[in-house]
Amino acid sequence: MSSDNRPLSPHLQVYRPQLTSVLSFLHRMTGVALTPGTLLLLYWLAAAAAGPEAFATAQALIGSIIGRLLLLGWSFALFYHLCNGIRHLFWDAGYGLELPDLYRSGWLMVFAACALTLGSWILGYAMRSGAW
Amino acid sequence: MSRRSPLGRVRGLGSAKEGAGHWWGLRFSALALIPLTLWFAASVAVMSGAGYETVRAWAASPLVAGLLLLLIVAVFYHGARGLQEVIEDYVPRKSVKFTAILAVQAASIVLGLTGVLSVLLLLFRV
Repeated sequence: MSSDNRPLSPHLQVYRPQLTSVLSFLHRMTGVALTPGTLLLLYWLAAAAAGPEAFATAQALIGSIIGRLLLLGWSFALFYHLCNGIRHLFWDAGYGLELPDLYRSGWLMVFAACALTLGSWILGYAMRSGAW
Repeated sequence: MSRRSPLGRVRGLGSAKEGAGHWWGLRFSALALIPLTLWFAASVAVMSGAGYETVRAWAASPLVAGLLLLLIVAVFYHGARGLQEVIEDYVPRKSVKFTAILAVQAASIVLGLTGVLSVLLLLFRV
């Protein structure tokens, strides 16, 4: 087989999805989605460095409905990729590779990612309204 | 420091002979990003709705600036490595693959340096 004609990835059209494969697929999707998300981080920092007017514009853009929706998506992608990344690190060390463990850590990870997303937004809104 | 296993090295395992470095780079940056991301997310949530002066004072602390620099370096290193892995897996044409990886690396350097410059401006400009 020539080096140009090697098999790459499974044929998704004929592949029955399971929790394991869906979570693995989402890990890549969230990872890729997070890379344009870094632009938001950069914009926020650069605006703060540029001065009060630029920063006010940035805060208004991020605080708009579309800005918040994007931020919600990115925050979930971030926590998902973070939690599943920890799972990956355990696998790399050789732990948790049995099928029951994979399902247990998979559901735990989904729960943790949702909880972290929800928790950070509750914290953000609480700070915003001056509850603390 | 090479982190390849002695057996792997002696057998010359790995197709491109540099895969172990890539593998470790992605994992090291992932490990660093666990505390850094949690710290950053918590900081941003706490400063939600805060004005310019609050954010400015926060970023003027050397500790915060240092952590932000670590975060930026780790984020763009990890992002470029991760995207490279995805490109290598899904782009079969060598010319397109090569160009895409090059573009990702160039973009991550430019964007990463933009972030570093912003942090330094926030730290040093009074």
